[in-house]
Amino acid sequence: MSDTPHGHDHAHDHAHGHDHGHDHSHGGHDHAHEVHLTFAQRWLFSTNHKDIGTLYIIFAITAGLIGGFFSILIRADLMVPGDPLFGNNHQLYNVIITAHGLIMVFFLVMPALIGGFGNWFVPLMIGAPDMAFPRMNNISFWLLVPAFALLVGSAFVGDGAGVGWTVYPPLSSKIGHPGPSVDMAIFSLHLAGASSIMGAINFITTIFNMRAPGMTLHKMPLFVWSILVTAFLLLLSLPVLAGAITMLLTDRNFGTTFFDPAGGGDPLLFLNLFWFFGHPEVYIMILPAFGIISQVISTFSKKPIFGYLGMCYAMVSIGVIGFVVWAHHMYTTGISVDTQAYFTAATMVIAVPTGIKIFSWVATMWDGSIEFKTPMLWAIGFLFLFTVGGVTGVVLSNAGVDHYMHNTYYVVAHFHYVLSLGAVFGLFCGFYYWIGKMSGRQYNETLGQIHFWMTFIGVNLTFFPMHFLGLAGMPRRISDYPDAYAGWNMVASIGSFISGAATLLFIFIVFHTILAGRKIGNNPWGEGATTLEWTLPSPPAFHSFDELPVIADQHGH
Amino acid sequence: MAGQRLRARSRFCRWWDEGLERMRFIRDVKSRALAAYGAVSALAALVMMGPAWAQQEAERKDWQFGMVPGATPVRDRIDAFHNELLIIITLITIFVMVLLIYAMWRFNAKKHPVPTKTTHNTLLEVLWTTIPVIILVAIAIPSFKLLYFEDRTQHADMTLKVTGHQWYWSYEYPDNGGFAFDANMIPDDKAAAAGEPRLLGTDNPVVLPVGAVVRILISGTDVIHSWYLPAAAVQEYAVVGHTNESWMQFEREGTFYGQCNQICGVNHPFMPIEVKVVSKQKFDAWVADAKKKFAQNPADPSALRLAAAAQ
Ligand SMILES: [Cu+2]
Repeated sequence: MSDTPHGHDHAHDHAHGHDHGHDHSHGGHDHAHEVHLTFAQRWLFSTNHKDIGTLYIIFAITAGLIGGFFSILIRADLMVPGDPLFGNNHQLYNVIITAHGLIMVFFLVMPALIGGFGNWFVPLMIGAPDMAFPRMNNISFWLLVPAFALLVGSAFVGDGAGVGWTVYPPLSSKIGHPGPSVDMAIFSLHLAGASSIMGAINFITTIFNMRAPGMTLHKMPLFVWSILVTAFLLLLSLPVLAGAITMLLTDRNFGTTFFDPAGGGDPLLFLNLFWFFGHPEVYIMILPAFGIISQVISTFSKKPIFGYLGMCYAMVSIGVIGFVVWAHHMYTTGISVDTQAYFTAATMVIAVPTGIKIFSWVATMWDGSIEFKTPMLWAIGFLFLFTVGGVTGVVLSNAGVDHYMHNTYYVVAHFHYVLSLGAVFGLFCGFYYWIGKMSGRQYNETLGQIHFWMTFIGVNLTFFPMHFLGLAGMPRRISDYPDAYAGWNMVASIGSFISGAATLLFIFIVFHTILAGRKIGNNPWGEGATTLEWTLPSPPAFHSFDELPVIADQHGH
Repeated sequence: MAGQRLRARSRFCRWWDEGLERMRFIRDVKSRALAAYGAVSALAALVMMGPAWAQQEAERKDWQFGMVPGATPVRDRIDAFHNELLIIITLITIFVMVLLIYAMWRFNAKKHPVPTKTTHNTLLEVLWTTIPVIILVAIAIPSFKLLYFEDRTQHADMTLKVTGHQWYWSYEYPDNGGFAFDANMIPDDKAAAAGEPRLLGTDNPVVLPVGAVVRILISGTDVIHSWYLPAAAVQEYAVVGHTNESWMQFEREGTFYGQCNQICGVNHPFMPIEVKVVSKQKFDAWVADAKKKFAQNPADPSALRLAAAAQ
């Protein structure tokens, strides 16, 4: 009790956030508080939001490589008719598409965007010392590891879980999959769900209670807003998934009949519960990407985001409406025509806030001074491709048309345009934007731009022809297809190999950056980067802020 | 229990049909608007589906861009509506792309070194909220018309009952003598000899008369399947414990193919649908034959009741 808690830092209390934030200096940082931890203490028992964020990113990249490898296997098999890769093992094909879907959703996009970038930058951007519940943060991460092990393990036990990521009974019931694989997949989802629910609680508490003085909700960077909305979606939707898969588990093992008409149950009950979770889930994946894109476009246009409040409440309304559109995945299940009409209308409404976001991003670039650094390329690529995915979503929202389109490759094209080319572009965008901040070393600009163009060409070659396949009536999730679909399938496969090569280049870029990247200071992006993380050293100290930053007017209004 | 559900369902059907009759006059008012859409659609169809239209002898063409050729009134309306949607979404995409490219060209750091700090423009924000709303309303009105037209028919000439199994379809003709049969995929090595496309031909095609309004009832016995026939835009899940209804009225004779479209296990890619649409005379002859050929497969009695209830 002899030294006062603030006694040591009056020397540099000059500029913390008192102006627009870009000319702060922590140059006087003396690393007096550098904490010395053993490897296990730092990385296994970690309670530091930045270290946990790093763990999430490493985990997500690893899982993403495995999930991406599965997608290459899928495309290799579909390159020519006749199921050449898996021979006649069609169950293996089903197992691989299931694993691909679940891994990309639960173990790549969510851990990277929310666990990785969310953990790293939400506390930094709001001037908080850490997350509200640091130990719960640790559990959130470490639950993912057994979850992933269970999912990958389910492929090697019995026949594997060849049910699609939607896990519909009765295919996922005992009659469809008698072995233990589906049980393992269910446990995997339980653990991943618990992990995300705890993460969501942590983010909501942090954002509501730990903002620095002056950081009102309406001054928070849009990335923080996006994580806040996402956290609410997680908190409200994941328990429904947990309930549904628990009922499935008891149907499978304890003789209940929630989804079995022979005992008064109904398979469609599962579909309703699943999509009550599943539709918010797609916004869970895309909203944090929206947040990253907003930060990056503002930074590289050197302009504050256009229509800040509209952008916030567009995200909030996307989140709210996202909960009342689930049955647009179920138009062909026999739901009544009035129900279809309602879900058609409700789904279309989402196009309005999405349009507000697209136009506000373009308006942010308008009259700016745009620098085409790698993160900005990904952001602009995102804008264009997300628009394509968005308008095909408007087509699919029409129940009348969906009776033709449902479950065809048109749907596969649509959701890969918004996820593979939306969420994943957001992911790479965030990576290039923040890797310098996180590692202290900058990526190589030329390599980054080559990576962007290879990916851009690869994914478009892969997914654009799928619109044509879908219009031609090609069903999804088939390991062999009628010969008339051969042409576009060949193009799609070649595209995926280009994307795969781009991913190898990305791995090289990661190592090149960490081992040989140029060292950078606080703010490599200049005047456009106005959020708090750019006032800190790169990488920030173990404890980011020596004192509470005070935030003045950040958005110029 | 099943009987109760059936009765409830048929009460609902009657209530629904009456409602639809009342709505019919609204349709007539709107038919002129539809004619205008039709003109636009025909133009778009020529552009988009040219290659497919040129050769109609086979439904699916390698490198095809558009939908497989339609053969029912429902499909005609879907094509018209989809072509209209295609124009709208293409224009929107081009609009956003042009804005982006212009901004990239005009406001890059070299050309425009000093950014403004503009962050609000109320008029713009109101416009880019209201104009999408107007576009969506313009989409929604024909969309609902299509949906209600597509849903089910009031005046069926006959009923076809479809049941999904792992991994084949079975069909029943409850009001044509009540015979039933299974349709299995013709194996790859025999498809060419049978003159059938690989993965699409079946050993017992469904035969239907041209011009007849066919009510189709779709159910399942094991996992969920989906009966998907693109030429008629009929797609309904085959779910155990449920009977889903749709309808089709073929405008021309021909052979139409479809596939199971819901992952259903190991042989999901191998439970195709083949429908042969023939003249009424040929259909009657086929029925007479089929009654004998499939005499050992009486239709599930519940299907007969179902067909009666649906009438
Ligand atoms: Cu099936």
